[in-house]
Amino acid sequence: MKLHRFGRLSVVALAGSLALAACGSDDNSDETTGSDAPAASAGSSTAPDAGSGGIACPAGGGTLNGAGSSAQQNAVSEWTKAFQEACPDVTINYNASGSGAGRQAFIDKQVAWAGSDSSIKEEEKTQADANCTGGQAINLPMVVGPIAVAYNIEGVDELNLSAKTIAGIFTGQITKWNAAEITAENPDADLPDADIVAVHRSDESGTTQNFARYLDATAKDIWTYGTEQQWPAAIKGGQGANKSAGVADAVSRTAGAIGYVEYSFVEDAGLSAAKVSNDGQSFVELTPENAAAAVADAEVSGTAPDLALSLNYATTAANAYPIVLVTYEIACSAGQPAADANLVKSFLTYTSSTEGQALLTDNGYAPLPEEVRTQVAETVAAITPGA
Amino acid sequence: MATTPPDLDKPSTQLGTTRSASGVRLGDRIFRGSSMGAGIFVLVVMAAIGTFLLIRAIPSLTSNESNVLTTQNFDPDNNDWGIAALAYGTLVSSIIALILAVPVAIGIALFISHYAPRRLAVILAYVVDLLAAVPSVIFGLWGLRFLSEHILPIERWINDWFGWIPVFGGSVNSASSLFTAGVVLAIMILPIIAAVCREVFLQVPRAHEEAALALGATRWEMIRTAVLPFGRPGIISATMLGLGRALGETIAIALILSPSYAINASVLEIGGSTFAANIALRFGEIAETGRSALIASGLVLFLITLLVNMGARAVIARRKEFSGASA
Repeated sequence: MKLHRFGRLSVVALAGSLALAACGSDDNSDETTGSDAPAASAGSSTAPDAGSGGIACPAGGGTLNGAGSSAQQNAVSEWTKAFQEACPDVTINYNASGSGAGRQAFIDKQVAWAGSDSSIKEEEKTQADANCTGGQAINLPMVVGPIAVAYNIEGVDELNLSAKTIAGIFTGQITKWNAAEITAENPDADLPDADIVAVHRSDESGTTQNFARYLDATAKDIWTYGTEQQWPAAIKGGQGANKSAGVADAVSRTAGAIGYVEYSFVEDAGLSAAKVSNDGQSFVELTPENAAAAVADAEVSGTAPDLALSLNYATTAANAYPIVLVTYEIACSAGQPAADANLVKSFLTYTSSTEGQALLTDNGYAPLPEEVRTQVAETVAAITPGA
Repeated sequence: MATTPPDLDKPSTQLGTTRSASGVRLGDRIFRGSSMGAGIFVLVVMAAIGTFLLIRAIPSLTSNESNVLTTQNFDPDNNDWGIAALAYGTLVSSIIALILAVPVAIGIALFISHYAPRRLAVILAYVVDLLAAVPSVIFGLWGLRFLSEHILPIERWINDWFGWIPVFGGSVNSASSLFTAGVVLAIMILPIIAAVCREVFLQVPRAHEEAALALGATRWEMIRTAVLPFGRPGIISATMLGLGRALGETIAIALILSPSYAINASVLEIGGSTFAANIALRFGEIAETGRSALIASGLVLFLITLLVNMGARAVIARRKEFSGASA
């Protein structure tokens, strides 16, 4: 009886492994047929060659592991899709575990590159540099995500808000939609006598930090809470929600709510984004171009080849939407094992190419301004593998 | 067992069929060894978890400039953090959950074991067991999307009428409160407590019940004098099981609460946070010191759960001699 049962089990196991093997061979055939389609990938496994869409496949293929920021998750997955289509022998895994976790994984050599909402910090950089023999850990600005101030007021399709008013709303000093500060900026809008529910991120987040940096730079007399990744606990009132999707969801469910959230989530949730003004005069609409205009104003604060950006949040340039989140790719300028370095280099070459950046505009991100992009591309081109 | 016979190796070729000289089968010895190994393994795992948490927690504990046990704020980047607010939120939400869930669970269990017609009882028992298996994220989403909208008027009503009691005081403008979290936790732990209590109530010796009835007790008096005293250790361990789940519940709380790091006497006001939810919300983006601080808070949760369980064991051990001995 016992033997009989084992016999049955082994039959199942055998069948299973056969089925798996069948799957495997299916994949293989897919791969061979798939590689016919993109012209570039034909010689991909032998030598690096310039492919279509700015993709140069690395020699020998392989697996590239990255981890970090969830804000750039959509961007990386779009890039990964395009890259793997052109180079079928390359597998790219990106684990959106969060910026801090990504940087830690990079330090621990678990991943070849990390995505991060903020440039790598001093103490972490010293640890990370140890992995980059003969080089250093560098910040490469790669994904620009505008942060929208999304609102939900019935019958109001357009809302103008100055930096000071935004600060007043989110610190709980302005509590009604028909407060004098808001109506002064929106003479034409029919604002209700309703309570404002200010929604913020309840989790630790680079979005919160950039929003705080913006308010800190433009409305320092009202926003006195520093620039932490966690929403300041000292602010009373306000409603916390988990992750970007949670904020977008809370705003769309609550009448009279307002929240800050990445642009792509606003589009998905069908919310309206306020026009924002730094000088209180001209109100700028949120479009990818306007967000990119704000980044063009940014200065490189890192020392080459580190390209950490310092954004000018208080910009008053016409058509510059000032609340933007710049996320970085953190990689080694030199000294990583050849297999990793080549993969990182060719992937980042693609992401910093004009084609790679163009892919972003359709996904709620803004492209890097040309000047910054060329610097990033040059830095990536200088990445060298270790011995 | 005491002496190891020398011929033990010989019969081992015929597995489990031959007795050794002392009368212990080889199969028994293997089974005893492996089960003892499993028992030791559990202890080793526990110790390893404790050590891991302690080692990872030390950097943040040494760099912290505030008192870990009394500080309410949680700002490890500026070396100003403590677990006071987290411990408070965790315990308060769990206690609310127990207050709401235990009486109802005992009622359900009694109904199934002593009142419901047999066919209905079978179905009910099945449904309760099924509920116990619902993943907590489902409760969290339900709490976020449905309950928090519908419980707000109730919280306002409690606030209006009982606002003079500090616990229900403050201004209620959002349902993201410890009370809402407690209600969701209560619903979450209800099936577990009910299921365990039902099993215990079914164990009550028939003789006890019949003796009570024979003495002229009504059904309720029979339950009070025979069923509940017998089932008390079971009720306590069921409660502790539920408390364990409530203390460690993560995702449902993270979804519902709007975190703040302050001890607020009112359970109806927005804010509050728990150990598990705080770790889940902050772990991904936090830097190195912060990660260590979160692990330190995890260590405290680990210790609290350990203490709660040990306390429950002690209570059950003390009660056993009164109720179990006569069975």
